[in-house]
Amino acid sequence: MLDRRLNKILSVFEGEKGDLISILQRVQEEFGFLPEDALAAIAEFLKLPPSQVFSVATFYDYFHLTRRGDHLICVCQGTACHVRGARDILEMAEKTLGIKSGQTTPDFKYSLDRLACVGSCALAPVVLVGDDVHSKMTMKKLKDVLTTNRDNKESETG
Amino acid sequence: MKKPAPRESSKSFKIDSPESLQLFKKSIVAGESATGKEVVICCGSGCMSSGSEHVREAFVSESKQQGLEDEVTIKRSGCRGLCVRGPIVVVDPDDIFYQYVTKEDVPEIISETLLENRVVEKLLDEDPATGKKYLHEDDIPFYKKQKRVVLKNCGRIDPTSIEDYIKVDGFQAVAKVVSRMTPEEVIEDIKLSGLRGRGGAGFPTGIKWETAGNAPGEEKYIICNGDEGDPGAFMDRSVMEGDPFSVLEGMMIAGYAVGASRGIIYVRAEYPLAVHHLSTAIAQCADLGLLGRDVMGSGFDFEIKIVKGAGAFVCGEETALIASVEGRSGQPRPKPPFPAIQGLWGKPTIINNVETLVNVSRIMLNGAEWYSKIGTETNKGTKIFSLVGTVRNVGLVEVEMGTTLREIIYDVGGGIPGGKRFKAVQTGGPSGGCIPEELLDLPVEYETLANVGSIMGSGGMLVMDESTCIVNIARYFLDFAQHESCGQCVPCRLGTKQMFKILKDITKGEGNPQDINTLFYLAEAVKAGSICGLGMTVPNPVLSTIKYFRDEYREHIHEKRCRALVCRSLISYHIKEYKCKACLKCLQACPVDAIIGAKWQVHEIDQTKCVKCGTCMEVCPSRFSAVECVSGQVIED
Repeated sequence: MLDRRLNKILSVFEGEKGDLISILQRVQEEFGFLPEDALAAIAEFLKLPPSQVFSVATFYDYFHLTRRGDHLICVCQGTACHVRGARDILEMAEKTLGIKSGQTTPDFKYSLDRLACVGSCALAPVVLVGDDVHSKMTMKKLKDVLTTNRDNKESETG
Repeated sequence: MKKPAPRESSKSFKIDSPESLQLFKKSIVAGESATGKEVVICCGSGCMSSGSEHVREAFVSESKQQGLEDEVTIKRSGCRGLCVRGPIVVVDPDDIFYQYVTKEDVPEIISETLLENRVVEKLLDEDPATGKKYLHEDDIPFYKKQKRVVLKNCGRIDPTSIEDYIKVDGFQAVAKVVSRMTPEEVIEDIKLSGLRGRGGAGFPTGIKWETAGNAPGEEKYIICNGDEGDPGAFMDRSVMEGDPFSVLEGMMIAGYAVGASRGIIYVRAEYPLAVHHLSTAIAQCADLGLLGRDVMGSGFDFEIKIVKGAGAFVCGEETALIASVEGRSGQPRPKPPFPAIQGLWGKPTIINNVETLVNVSRIMLNGAEWYSKIGTETNKGTKIFSLVGTVRNVGLVEVEMGTTLREIIYDVGGGIPGGKRFKAVQTGGPSGGCIPEELLDLPVEYETLANVGSIMGSGGMLVMDESTCIVNIARYFLDFAQHESCGQCVPCRLGTKQMFKILKDITKGEGNPQDINTLFYLAEAVKAGSICGLGMTVPNPVLSTIKYFRDEYREHIHEKRCRALVCRSLISYHIKEYKCKACLKCLQACPVDAIIGAKWQVHEIDQTKCVKCGTCMEVCPSRFSAVECVSGQVIED
């Protein structure tokens, strides 16, 4: 299963060394994270030592080596959001979801992340739920967003 | 990434000479709707987050319903800058500027403005003091002090339509360059214009190009640096999203000037819309023969590809960016050799910032002399800032070099909202410094900002009022710096960590009197012991805040007090007994059940449970205002 999906991605590339980051991006898009077996296969494909592939995969914030939740909640920590209380929002999100930023809930439903920046500074502080931007967050709004999101998803999945 | 559909109109047509470009332009103008009725909806990131896509859909369906689809053109544009008032809609032919438009307003705009030529008053901008309403963009104070050179097309053209760009003199500059100028003449013009790199350091662009042009070797590269990593900055993003063709045109000119046939745009993966618009633009250019072999019959070959970054701030540094394009970890290397001599894959490489390249298009279109008249003696042209923080008009502004900080914050930015006092302005993001009120009349130039301990940077401008804690801001930037340090130079890797730890302790009320000296010492070590711009500049936020706001550091350390009421360990929330009406609002909202009380029983906060999140203050009705926040003093209930 992994092989077939991975080979399909690799077939687009010609095995040049400069392709490493693009390949990792495509693999993560496909699997949601970078599975260990995939890293080894990519190293072989590019004729690179696995250590170098691992080094690149861990250097960049964009890549994740563990399975992520179905829904990604990102609290913007850009400067504009920061001066409008983004740190409190993040802490509250951590408390509500019961995980730290960068972690995933045990049921793999949610991952929580911080990022800087979304570029919607006029609407600070902002929280991203998937691709949706929730603007001008307050403690109360955050609670509403997280609980509605949770309820919706639960009713969707039955 | 979706590949854009091939466009019918120009599928077979190629622009193979400057003359055919003129012909193509004429045919576009001739084919325009006679009514001139156009609805331009801002679809920049700010307006999109405010729901501009729903507004656009409403315009499309409503105009269809009213049978107007042939008469009215509905188009998306890039960012218009006034993000805080989004979604913004401009209705032509009269250029009427509507703000805060919702989809419910759409039928009214169509029936009133488009059909009856009447203005919908409630959607106009209004001067809060005089009540005067502004009809057009140019009348609004936010735009009046601006000079839009780079952002000229942003918000006016459809960024996914090459026809729109050609209509506003698109590709005329590159046509002129490849058909009538030698590469040396182009470089000479850029030198004459006085353009300096907009990435932050302000190195003269012409000299950089000359170095690469003179460097031996057949193979050279042009890299457009779109790795805008400063938190709170969205200039490059808005330009790439709103006017991608100007970026490509600038790259083509740079390629011709230095003899490069390959261009690479390095753009943050977190900017999917920018990636989409740039790739659409590249495909459209290739379709028309504007990219590829023999551009406009000149014998100049140029192709552009996009490389997506992977989220590392340090990759904005030239040599780290090259490492990333080569598929390695983004770690900078010592310079020299400079990339202009030995860059990507060891070949001469020019790395220019997005804004610099758009300036190049404008200079070659209007002439070096025109450009050199804008700005000051040593700082030519304009600069885009993303004005954020506690300022009324948060958004994207472009001002002439030499404009003062006060003009930017008060005239363009509209000042500080909520009757609060200005405290400081931070320029240049994590590499910049905080500038206090007494220096607000400083003209914005590379050197003047450096002299006061800040930098121009790529253009982040964070305004802070009295409710911002300056030590907390320093802590914030150091947190960012220690996270983003690539780890190669020990003083940067460990020094930023230690500085962050000290600042964290100070904000927690655990600082000690030697801390300020230690911070100084570490800052100097980090600056001296790092090979790249990141390490050399990230102590700036700390140094400048100590220089101008030492009192606040002292209060945190000695009095355990945070005057801005931000540092949680130093504040506490209390309910004023005589004001509390026992309405239960805070009691129910408290996330940790720290509020004791009941109906008819005045509420009280259990300080041992309180996490100081401020929810109680947020929900307490303003007519009661019973919750207060204090720091550094004993409260007796």
